Amino acid sequence: MTSNALPLEYKAILKWIRQGSSVLDLGCGDGELLTLLVRDRNVKAQGIEIDEQAIYQCVAKGLSVFHEDIDNGLSGYGDKNFDYVILNQSFQQVKNPDIVLKEALRVGSQVIVGFPNFAHYLARLQMFFKGKAPVTTSLPYAWHDTPNLHFLSISDFIEYCRLRKIKIVNSVFIGENRTIKIIPNLFALIGVFLVTNGEPVTRITRRN
Amino acid sequence: MSAINLVSNKIAKIKQGAHKNIEPPGRDSDSETNQGVGLVQTKYLHFALPPEEITLESCEKLGPITVAYETYGKLNDQRSNAILILHALSGDAHAAGFHKGDEKPGWWDDMIGPGRAFDTNKYFVICSNVLGGCKGTTGPSSINPNTGKKYGLDFPIASISDMVNVQKQLIDHLEIDQLLSVAGGSMGGMQALEWLTAHPERLKSAIVIATAAKHSPQQIAFHEVGRQAIMADPHWKDGHYYGGHPPAKGLAVARMIGHITYMSEISMAEKFRRRPGDEKLHKFSVGSEVEDYLYNRGNHFVKRFDANSYLYITKAIDSFDVSPGKEIYEVFKGIKAKVLILAFKSDWLYPASQSREIVKACKLAGVDTTYCEIDSTYGHDAFLLEVEEETHLVKYFLQKAFLENGVTGGYQVLQYDI
Repeated sequence: MTSNALPLEYKAILKWIRQGSSVLDLGCGDGELLTLLVRDRNVKAQGIEIDEQAIYQCVAKGLSVFHEDIDNGLSGYGDKNFDYVILNQSFQQVKNPDIVLKEALRVGSQVIVGFPNFAHYLARLQMFFKGKAPVTTSLPYAWHDTPNLHFLSISDFIEYCRLRKIKIVNSVFIGENRTIKIIPNLFALIGVFLVTNGEPVTRITRRN
Repeated sequence: MSAINLVSNKIAKIKQGAHKNIEPPGRDSDSETNQGVGLVQTKYLHFALPPEEITLESCEKLGPITVAYETYGKLNDQRSNAILILHALSGDAHAAGFHKGDEKPGWWDDMIGPGRAFDTNKYFVICSNVLGGCKGTTGPSSINPNTGKKYGLDFPIASISDMVNVQKQLIDHLEIDQLLSVAGGSMGGMQALEWLTAHPERLKSAIVIATAAKHSPQQIAFHEVGRQAIMADPHWKDGHYYGGHPPAKGLAVARMIGHITYMSEISMAEKFRRRPGDEKLHKFSVGSEVEDYLYNRGNHFVKRFDANSYLYITKAIDSFDVSPGKEIYEVFKGIKAKVLILAFKSDWLYPASQSREIVKACKLAGVDTTYCEIDSTYGHDAFLLEVEEETHLVKYFLQKAFLENGVTGGYQVLQYDI
């Protein structure tokens, strides 16, 4: 596949990740992104995925992957074990995003968070005029079969980072086939953030 | 398809594409995959001849030692394609193919052969009977050279580590510096853990299935009931029954208990019905097929297994501890191999939580690990029965380990199809 055909969020993530670094992908699915990172960035890759069938696909791609629920925490990892921890499209699906992100920031020097923007203008219009739960290209599910547990907007995440003293190092906002520069909370379907702990890292004692 | 669609449909695609993707690689033709390794013969290695006896973990000396083993496939010129299969409590060296005149193939025949998980077109597969066993390798039913009679309880206590040491002697004899992999379930998984920690430089990968780093009191308890049943049999006679009646009833009861722990509530309910009016086994029989099953399995087992070996081997399993006095991750720090860990959801004898404990230690020690908890209703037996899932995982895992250039080689992607 040529790089032109890559999803825009993958392009953004690829740009942020250093050659030869270590990456933990939380909710890695069938290993699409990790495979790309191994190929183009020669990363030391590890995935965690809850779906058994997706594990088979990861193993077929030669990836190392753990069949686990990321909500159960990352207690098996020491502090700053990875250069990057990725929460792409899985952040809004975990039970406790607060704890998962805190753990991700503990075990990774930097964390990449990608999620669908609930405040996209089409979602807003559907809510306002139809009075129905919105369905957009980044939120394609009906209310009764969605794997998403949390519905947040780009502005919500930025405010959350401020409250939790999480530093936003970089961000990319993606619309239909293009990146969004103006009023992303209205026009972007997906927000992708590169974040790190805003304050000096305090070492957390591991409990075994 | 737009970029957004690609991402948002990710989960849906995984679910749809799942079954299609489980097809293992390298299935060239149906005729090939239907045939196993064919007729095989057990070979024997003799070593540790006095005065060069080996020293066991218990500090006792033992020799001479005979190891029964079988091999399938061909060792390549680089001697880099050898895989050692490690059997469980009642297994033996005969893992695949048929012995002349036999109707049943070896115990893991579904997994070993041309085009199978352990593909004998690519790999040289070795399996040996464990020390203390009764299937050709030296054990309590072997002749004690000092007395000219069978050892019985004079046989020294052998540990999982001693079993692995004997396997290492065999690998040395076969002039294999580094195994591509070791693989085993249950007690075989313990041996794989022992290989990983005791001889890290001798293997490129390990497949650890349905096992524990250390037995829990519950696991020891089931074994202890089995041991007590054997020792309570009047024919046992402190282990010196050779030449007379073996403690068949005791051993059969031990085996029955074993079989209960190898199944799950669901697999038993699916397998056994009640037949009212057919209470023939004894006065108190309720006419359930499970009674016949246990009775038959128990009685079948005593024909092929030695009661003293059962005592020695269960003791080895129960006393195994991969990291005595230490945290597991501390002893895992020296591991250089890639590790595949498998557990089964309905396995309550070796619950997935025990595998996850091993996984956690791998993470802390920075071991390159893959873990899958296979959804199965077969209980502990699943490691012998869930062939399709295991084949997929083992095949790709081995392929990756085989392709990697050396243990520290760069990461490589097998498929790129996004």
